Amino acid sequence: MSVPLIRTENLHKVYSLGDIQVHALRGVDVTVEPGEFVAIVGASGSGKSTFMNVVGCLDRPTKGCYFLGGRDASTLSRDELAGVRNSQLGFVFQNFNLLPRTSALENVELPLLYDGASSRDRHQRARELLKLVGLEGRERHHPNQLSGGQQQRVAIARALVNRPPLLLADEPTGNLDTHTSLEIMEIFQRLNQEQGITLLLVTHEADIASFASRLIRFRDGRIVQDRAVPDRRNAAEERASPPPIEQVGDLGDLADLKKELNR
Amino acid sequence: MKKLFMSIRIASKALRRNLMRSLLTMLGVIIGVAAVIIMVSLGEGAAASIQEEIAAAGTNLITVRAGSSSSGGVRQGGGSRTTLTPDDAEAIQNEIAAVSQVAVMIRTGAQMVYASQNWNASVQGTSQDFPAVRRWEIKEGSFFTLQDVQASTRVAVLGTAVVENLFGDEDPLGKIIRVKNVPFKVVGVMASKGQTSWGNDQDDIIFAPYTTVQKKLMGVQHVSEILVSAAEPRRIPEATEQITALLRQRHRILPPEEDDFNVRTQEEMAQIRVGASNAMTRLLASIASISLLVGGIGIMNIMLVSVTERTREIGLRMSVGARARDILWQFLVEAITLSALGGIAGIALGAAIAGVLGQSFDWPTRVSTQSVLLSFGFAAAIGIFFGFYPARKAAQLDPIEALRYE
Repeated sequence: MSVPLIRTENLHKVYSLGDIQVHALRGVDVTVEPGEFVAIVGASGSGKSTFMNVVGCLDRPTKGCYFLGGRDASTLSRDELAGVRNSQLGFVFQNFNLLPRTSALENVELPLLYDGASSRDRHQRARELLKLVGLEGRERHHPNQLSGGQQQRVAIARALVNRPPLLLADEPTGNLDTHTSLEIMEIFQRLNQEQGITLLLVTHEADIASFASRLIRFRDGRIVQDRAVPDRRNAAEERASPPPIEQVGDLGDLADLKKELNR
Repeated sequence: MKKLFMSIRIASKALRRNLMRSLLTMLGVIIGVAAVIIMVSLGEGAAASIQEEIAAAGTNLITVRAGSSSSGGVRQGGGSRTTLTPDDAEAIQNEIAAVSQVAVMIRTGAQMVYASQNWNASVQGTSQDFPAVRRWEIKEGSFFTLQDVQASTRVAVLGTAVVENLFGDEDPLGKIIRVKNVPFKVVGVMASKGQTSWGNDQDDIIFAPYTTVQKKLMGVQHVSEILVSAAEPRRIPEATEQITALLRQRHRILPPEEDDFNVRTQEEMAQIRVGASNAMTRLLASIASISLLVGGIGIMNIMLVSVTERTREIGLRMSVGARARDILWQFLVEAITLSALGGIAGIALGAAIAGVLGQSFDWPTRVSTQSVLLSFGFAAAIGIFFGFYPARKAAQLDPIEALRYE
C-alpha cells in the first residue's frame, strides 16, 4: 500500500476557556488511505469538528502528530498551513460560504487567486469545474440567483479547483432537502470513484453517512467505532430509480433536477 | 506587480459592492484634500502676485531709509531721522560705480484743491530720475526736470486717482492746483499702478520736485528715502555694501555705533513679504488638513465595520489558502484605494473651486504641481495609516472562529 493520506498519532487538543480546560480530543489514532470515502459521525461536542479542523490544517493539535500525505503538518507555521490548505485541501461547508454579490465563476476562482495562477488559467479551470458539477451556463449567476443545491455545487467546484487530493465536507447537506442532498451525494460518490478523491464527510444523519465506504464515530474526544459501511447506498442509482413511498410525490421535481444536472 | 494589480481589482470590487457607503467615506477625504488644495493655491497665488509686483517695481531697486530717531529714550518710527540728505544721494550717484540712477524721496500728506473740488493725498517730493528708478511710466505730459528741481519750481505730476478726484473728466494738464495753499502747475499724469498687495492705492499720490516740497510745504532740509537703481541685478550686493560704507563715512559713524539708516534691497523686501504670505499659507493648510484627518478616521471606521461584516468571508479566504498577509494586504489596499480615489477627486474639486474663486472674486490663485502631489501623498498616507489597524485586525482573525461567525 502507498503512503496513507491521513495519519494521526495520539492526537490531543485542549482548549482553555477561561479557567476551564476542555479536552476536545483525547488521543485519536486514525489512518485514511487515498481513495477512501469516510463519514465522521458523533454527537455535538464529541470532538468530530475539532478533528476536522486539525485535519483541515485550520488548527494545530496540542499534542500528537498529524501527517498529511506523509508530511508532518502539526509543526507547520500559519503561512505554511495556508499553503497546504490551498493546494492539498478542499472545504465544503454546511452554509456554502459563497461570497455574496460575486459570480459563480469568481467564487470558484477564489483559491486560484492565492497561488498566483494567471487570469486566463483561472477562468478556464473554473469553467471546467462548474461544468463538472453541472452548472455550465450559470457562470455569471450570483449566489442569490441560485438554489441551495446549486450553491453547494458551486462550493464543491471551488473546493476542487486546485485539484486537491482531499475533500473535507462539514455537514454539506445540513441545509438541503432530501432530493438535493441526494444530488450532492451523487457528486461526492462520482468524484470519489471517478477521480479517486479522498473524502471526509462530517454528518449527523445516518442515511447520509451510509453513502460513505467507512464510518468513524466520535464520542468524548475519542474514536469509539471505525468500520466499513454495510449496505452502502448508491446515490446515482437511487436518483435513477427512486425508492417508493416518501419520494413518489415529488417525482416531477426530481426529474427536472436530473435533467438540469445532465445538461 | 501583478499581485498589486489584482489586489486593487479585488478591492475595487469590494468597494463597488457597497457603492453608496464607499462614496460617503470618500467624501471625507475629498473635502479634506479639496480644502488643502484651495488654501494652498490661495497662498501661492498671493506669493506669486507679490513677486510680480516687486519685479514690476524693478528688481535692481535698493532703498535707503533714514533710521529711527529717539529723543529722551522715546524712539520714533523708521524714517524719522533727519540725517539723510540730498547730498548723500548725490555722493552715492557720483562715487559708486555699481549704481546707475538715484532718486530721493520726502513725503507728506496734504489737502489739495482744484476749482470747487478738494482732496487729501500723499505728496512725494522726489528727483527727476524717479520714473526711471521705479520703472513707472508717464501717461500724459512729462515728469519734471533737473531744472525744476534746481529752481524749486512749483510743478506737479499727478497719480490717476488724484486726477479722478480733483478733475473728473477734465484734462488736468496745464491747470493749477493748490496744495496747502501753494499753487502747483500740473505738468504730467503717471500711468496707473493699482493697489499694492497690502491694499495701498499707489495712484492716490502727487509728485513734485523734492526741493519744492522741502522748502514750500515742509520747511525741512533732509529726505526720508534714497531710491537707488543698481547697474545690474548681480551688482546689488556690491552696491549695498558700498552705499553702507559711504553713508557711514559721510555721517561719521564709527564702530560700534549702529547705522542711522537702513539699506533694503527689493529682493529682501520680497522675501519678507513672501515669507509672511507663506506662513499664512501653512497655517491655512494645516487647518484644512485637520478635515483630511477626520476623513481618515472615517475610513478607519468604515473599514472596521467592513471587517466585522465580512468576518465569514475572511474565514473562507483563509480556508482556501489566503495567508495572513494576503488578508492584511487586501484590506489595506481597500483603504488606500478609498483614500487615493478620494484624493484624486478632492484635487479635481479643489482645483475647480480655486479656479472659480480666482475668476469671480479676482483673487490670485495658483494650483501648483507640488501642492497636488503633496495633498495626494498625504491622502494616501492617511489611507495607509488609518487602514492598517482594521486590516491587521482582519489578518489576525482565527480562521475557525471567522468561519463560524454569525
